[in-house]
Amino acid sequence: MEVLTLGLQGEIFALEADIVREILDLVPVTEVPNAPAFVGAVINVRGRVVPLCDLRLKFGMERSQSSRDTRIVVIEVLIDGEPTIVGLLVDKVYEVTEITADSMEAVPRIGLRWRPEFIRSVGKRGADFVIVLDIEQIFAPGPQSNDLTAA
Amino acid sequence: MAAGDPAETFRQEAQELIEQLEHSLLDLEQTPTDRDLVDSAFRALHTIKGSGAMFGFEAMAAFTHHVESAFDQVRKGKLQPSPSLVGLALEAQDIIRAMILEPDCDLADRQKTVLDQLAQLVGSAADAAGQEAKASAPASQPAQKQRWRITFSLARDAMVMGINALLLLDELRSLGHCTVTALTDAVPPLAEIDAESSYLRWDVVLTTDAPRSAIDDVFIFVQDDANLSITAIDLSTEGRLGEILVDRGEVPRRVVEEMVASRPPLGELLVEAGQVAPEAVKSALAEQKHLIRDQADSAKEAKAASSIRVPAERLDELMDRVGELVIVQARLKQQANSNGDPLIKAVAEEMERLTSELRDTTMSIRMVPIGSLFSRFRRLVHDLSRDLGKKVSLVTTGEETELDKTVIERLNDPLVHLIRNSIDHGVEGTAERLAAGKTGEGEVRLEAYHSGAQVVISVKDDGRGLDRVRIQAKAEENGLIPPGAKLPDDELFQMIFQPGFSTAKEVTNVSGRGVGMDVVKRGIESLRGTVDIGPRSGGGTEVTVRLPLTLAIIDGLLVRIGHGRYVIPLPTVEECVELSLADDARSSGRSFLNIRGELVPFIRLRDLFASPLPADPYQKVVIVSLGECRVGLVVDQVIGDHQTVIKSLSKLHSNIKAFSGATILGDGSVALILDIEHLIEWAQEQTDVAMLEAGE
Repeated sequence: MEVLTLGLQGEIFALEADIVREILDLVPVTEVPNAPAFVGAVINVRGRVVPLCDLRLKFGMERSQSSRDTRIVVIEVLIDGEPTIVGLLVDKVYEVTEITADSMEAVPRIGLRWRPEFIRSVGKRGADFVIVLDIEQIFAPGPQSNDLTAA
Repeated sequence: MAAGDPAETFRQEAQELIEQLEHSLLDLEQTPTDRDLVDSAFRALHTIKGSGAMFGFEAMAAFTHHVESAFDQVRKGKLQPSPSLVGLALEAQDIIRAMILEPDCDLADRQKTVLDQLAQLVGSAADAAGQEAKASAPASQPAQKQRWRITFSLARDAMVMGINALLLLDELRSLGHCTVTALTDAVPPLAEIDAESSYLRWDVVLTTDAPRSAIDDVFIFVQDDANLSITAIDLSTEGRLGEILVDRGEVPRRVVEEMVASRPPLGELLVEAGQVAPEAVKSALAEQKHLIRDQADSAKEAKAASSIRVPAERLDELMDRVGELVIVQARLKQQANSNGDPLIKAVAEEMERLTSELRDTTMSIRMVPIGSLFSRFRRLVHDLSRDLGKKVSLVTTGEETELDKTVIERLNDPLVHLIRNSIDHGVEGTAERLAAGKTGEGEVRLEAYHSGAQVVISVKDDGRGLDRVRIQAKAEENGLIPPGAKLPDDELFQMIFQPGFSTAKEVTNVSGRGVGMDVVKRGIESLRGTVDIGPRSGGGTEVTVRLPLTLAIIDGLLVRIGHGRYVIPLPTVEECVELSLADDARSSGRSFLNIRGELVPFIRLRDLFASPLPADPYQKVVIVSLGECRVGLVVDQVIGDHQTVIKSLSKLHSNIKAFSGATILGDGSVALILDIEHLIEWAQEQTDVAMLEAGE
């Protein structure tokens, strides 16, 4: 499986590469008052108004200052059966890489800080682990609260 | 896309033909004596049949044939276009439509009923005629037409004598399809032209069913001075030689005509020579006539509407591109202004002009006259008045009013509801009307007109009007208002738009189930429009729908709140004033402004949007109007007007009602568009919450 690996506060996560449309440097962000913090802003991607999602908030991380490495990963995801373009704010983008199926392991029940339904699998990359996200689950309609971390 | 599928093309064309047919039939019901309408209905039927058979809709063509035959009888004056015939034809038209759109469905029973009734009406004579026509396939013979070549020039001093060649040509045109060529070889160089002299010659080809004498009559006053030749163009021979000879004055016209008349047609010559069978010539001639007629018809159509068919999604795409262009243009303008280079600035201004023209043109392409929608309702009213046994006529005005095509499409259902309601609840039965001193026939008026940046559509009836007492009772029953509440009329009437609200005493299959008006309201609101109901002056009810001209681009007022920029739709803005320090300081307790003696409440958007930045020292208030009420919106800065290309927000933000969309500014950043109505509702809720908290 081809994946794009990215960094969120030191952890390495991965997205399936084929849903990624482009990777942008940080652009001016427009906040949407009263929106859930996870999707608290919109950006302009080639003339489209696209929601900007802060994955860190979905995983109960702190909102951090943007740095030189901050990127926006533009993906296309099905929300409610409708293909939607979404921007993901990430701390760092590493590379597009291949994770072989045999190096992937099922999501362990314990030992994870995050809600298991957001994680598709855990892959090994060298000595490190890569957490492959289940993007559709993350955007699945449901209670949009800010602390979706496992209690 | 099925662009290459001929059957699909036929379906689309047939839709239009059926609409044309329906139109003619409904008109015919009103004015049964209008021969043009009979012809138009006949033509539509004929074309549907012909092209249907060509594209494999044989069953439909066979069925249509019978209806066509009946109308042929009407055309020939053997049958009257009675209401029952028109009703039957409408029913038949529905069947034809169904047969085209769903070729698999079984309509045999309905067909048979219609055909039986039709046969009764037309009588056995028509039936026989129908059989005969069927046997000799492409039925109806066109009226015998003849083509004439007319060449004339006026005497040099004709214009001085008060003769106007244009009038002659117009008169010729009135006789039939007419092609005029002006021959300019006699015109001298400009310097030598005497403005009052006539130098032109005209070569006219006229196809007409009028006799030769009618053409002669045209020239009756000029024939002494004019050089005139009128020749019949023989369809089976090349009459050109004689024409040329006459033109040259080599042979008198009379001689040529006699020669032509004495010469047997080509077909006869061939038959005589034994080369072809007489029947073959006959059929070839028929084919030829038909061809000519078809050519004439298509030429006429091409002239009447030189338009092309474009898939709707391409128009949407075009609109998107233009939207992007407008955004890029705004960026260019900003760059040019900050750069200061006069050359760049000039280019930017030119670009601005072009983009705004391009935008207007693109928008106008998407504009469709609302008449296309109105004409659908005539059938609705016709059917409803029959089903409900009420006599109702539909009067429409402002059919030429144009609206964005998306708006028109989505306007259909709400308007159907409104018209149904008017006829079912509003207009009384004939007896009741007569007792109330009204005319026996009720009237529903459908009006459309422009009002500023909005289009107003009103549905009015002259029925019994709104029953205040019953609406009040029903609203109390549904718990919408406390018992005995005294509401102003307009607020009370708005209750009708609440879900589940119906004052109809009994449920009919037309309306009265209480789904309807709330659906209407939602439908209109989804088009960013508003709907109001009230009594019509002079009795009856009036429902007014107000819609924005387009959904794609609006004029907006760009404002800044904290570091966020927002667009307020310009049509709602009344004025901008400064928030005086005194008002600002006082407003912790009350948030009112005194605008020329009127009390205007205001909302601090920076509080509502929780802006972290400190407020500007001189805040502005944008006064917006929302129907009757006026509200001030406090902003940090009014930036200016902005051509706003509306981009919808994604599903992730669809539950945030205060913003109707977003737009992209000149610097590439995004600004949110305020939905004033929902914004004020939201502010109201916030205040209520704050008051509750304060009370605790």
